[in-house]
Amino acid sequence: MQTMRDLQQTPQMRPTRDGFGEGLVEAARRDPAVVAVCADLVESTRMQAMHDTFPERFIEIGVSEQLLVAMSAGLAMAGKIPFIASYAMFCPGRAWEQVRTNLCLNEANVKIAGAHAGVSVGPDGATHQAVEDIAIMRVIPHMTVVVPCDAVQTKKATLAVAERFGPAYVRFGREKSPVVTTEEMPFEIGKAQRLREGGDVAIVACGILLYNALRAAEELARDESIECSVINNHTIKPIDEAALVDAAQRCGAVVTVEEHQVHGGMGSAVAEVLALRHPVPMEFVGVQDRFGQSGKPEELIELYGMGVESIKESVRRVLARKR
Amino acid sequence: MGSLSSERMSLLQEKATAIRRDIIEMLAQAKSGHTAGSLDMADVFAVMYFHVLRHDPANPLWEDRDRLILSAGHICPVRYAAMAEAGYFPRAELATLRALGSRLQGHPERKYLPALETTSGPLGGGLAQGAGMAYAAKMDAKSWRVYIVTSDGEHQAGLHWEAVLFAGKNKLDNVVCIVDRNFIQIDGSTEQVMPLEPLRDKYEAFNWNVLEIDGNDIAALCDAADRARSTAGKPTVIIARTVPGKGVSFIEGDFRWHGKPPTKEEAELALRELSTVGEAR
Ligand SMILES: Cc1ncc(C[n+]2csc(CCOP(=O)(O)OP(=O)(O)O)c2C)c(N)n1
Ligand SMILES: [Mg+2]
Repeated sequence: MQTMRDLQQTPQMRPTRDGFGEGLVEAARRDPAVVAVCADLVESTRMQAMHDTFPERFIEIGVSEQLLVAMSAGLAMAGKIPFIASYAMFCPGRAWEQVRTNLCLNEANVKIAGAHAGVSVGPDGATHQAVEDIAIMRVIPHMTVVVPCDAVQTKKATLAVAERFGPAYVRFGREKSPVVTTEEMPFEIGKAQRLREGGDVAIVACGILLYNALRAAEELARDESIECSVINNHTIKPIDEAALVDAAQRCGAVVTVEEHQVHGGMGSAVAEVLALRHPVPMEFVGVQDRFGQSGKPEELIELYGMGVESIKESVRRVLARKR
Repeated sequence: MGSLSSERMSLLQEKATAIRRDIIEMLAQAKSGHTAGSLDMADVFAVMYFHVLRHDPANPLWEDRDRLILSAGHICPVRYAAMAEAGYFPRAELATLRALGSRLQGHPERKYLPALETTSGPLGGGLAQGAGMAYAAKMDAKSWRVYIVTSDGEHQAGLHWEAVLFAGKNKLDNVVCIVDRNFIQIDGSTEQVMPLEPLRDKYEAFNWNVLEIDGNDIAALCDAADRARSTAGKPTVIIARTVPGKGVSFIEGDFRWHGKPPTKEEAELALRELSTVGEAR
């Protein structure tokens, strides 16, 4: 088990995208082949620091997400390591076939940064709330898919995908969210992290909702003597099969938590592993086959069933099925 | 241009100012949203809803209505304000912009408000859908027309130009594409981010009728709509050169107002400035 920050204290709040911005500059420092390409969203995707630090390695292309992917495939095939950024809805959303053909079939070394993912984008509404992106990325062969849980981990994930050859997708959010991990905690692509120990139910979470999962586990232990393991399943592809099978064996029941449609996302990926290797009762916390809408981020997380109470409810339901 | 009566002219000017005031109030209330483009298109939307469109606010889905698509969905405050002024829904509803449960979603959604014709926000897709509607109208020998309001930034999207080709090929003279040529986008000037000039030549090369006008000049807008109506065999593009943030001096011309709402204090200043344009209501 890994030690994390103490949740009792008021958590430090930082947007995950800040971690991307820092990680990108650091990756560029370490490797001169790293370049950045942006589609008219420099500030909100946090590419500003890269733009300021390495202007000659920064390319602005305007509102052209299909160009963003296809042109970057060219850069990669000529030896560069492009990090490309837009809102997740538009890249990978709009450019899916370019991602499949130009990046994945070619095994081009391009890193996609999908910003403003999830309903927590808030007032912009459904058109801007990407809740299908994990599904459309993880289904493509050769793609790596990482959904870090906080700003600290997003920085590490950015550096990790820079060093790993091949196409990768890193997803992050707009709003400030609690910092759960520490600088010292190791991060490895494909290695899930167990952050809490408990034998009744395993909660497998990714992204900013990991914090809600940890709080749910804490409250269930305190008020209802239900002991949950909590696993940060930050890498959806390649998925950590061993950690998932181990959790299913120890607990005998699993709840997955993600800010994404329940169909095709991280939870589905976990179910695919467990169905084959260790079937146990499962519940899926996420968006239930609906579109988002305008509203405040916290309001929408609650309304769409991803708040602490919803997670606790899913744990109780899966426990009842286990018995 | 002489065809516009002075009564009609002052009505349109009043409406444009009313729309600008509504925009400022609703964005300040919502505390998020897009100010510059919304303000600069107030004249276009006043002219559309109070002069050009064949429509019936009491019967928004009237079969023979002209269709208006807002492709650049982020400037929907200007459309919502114009629709409220035209009587599509109570003005009080403007205060719900971007709030949970509102019909006035952060980007236009047809499911919430069918009179919007389509859902938009992801840029570059409006002309393609409008061309599809116009093609269907031709198939059914209908005389309604399709107006598509686009931004200049979305002219960087390939999809938009695929639709320009399609409308040119099929001689969709029932299509009018209005471009908010304000020369700004999120990261700065369009000509620095990804130059679009010469925009007129591009459309001409795709077999379009091109009208380039001052998009904040109401008489010129009315005249351009007339000229588009009398152009046969070609779609028309109206390149409407606008001043971003038009009407509020401290917002005008500054790309940083693309996606920023005014604070309460800024809104008060803006409203004061707008009340001296014509007569405050
Ligand atoms: C396909 C797509 N990519 C990116 C965005 C994000 N975005 C919203 S507005 C905008 C700026 C485009 O410039 P323009 O429409 O001319 O803006 P304005 O003149 O209103 O400032 C961008 C990139 C989007 N809405 N859709
Ligand atoms: Mg513009």
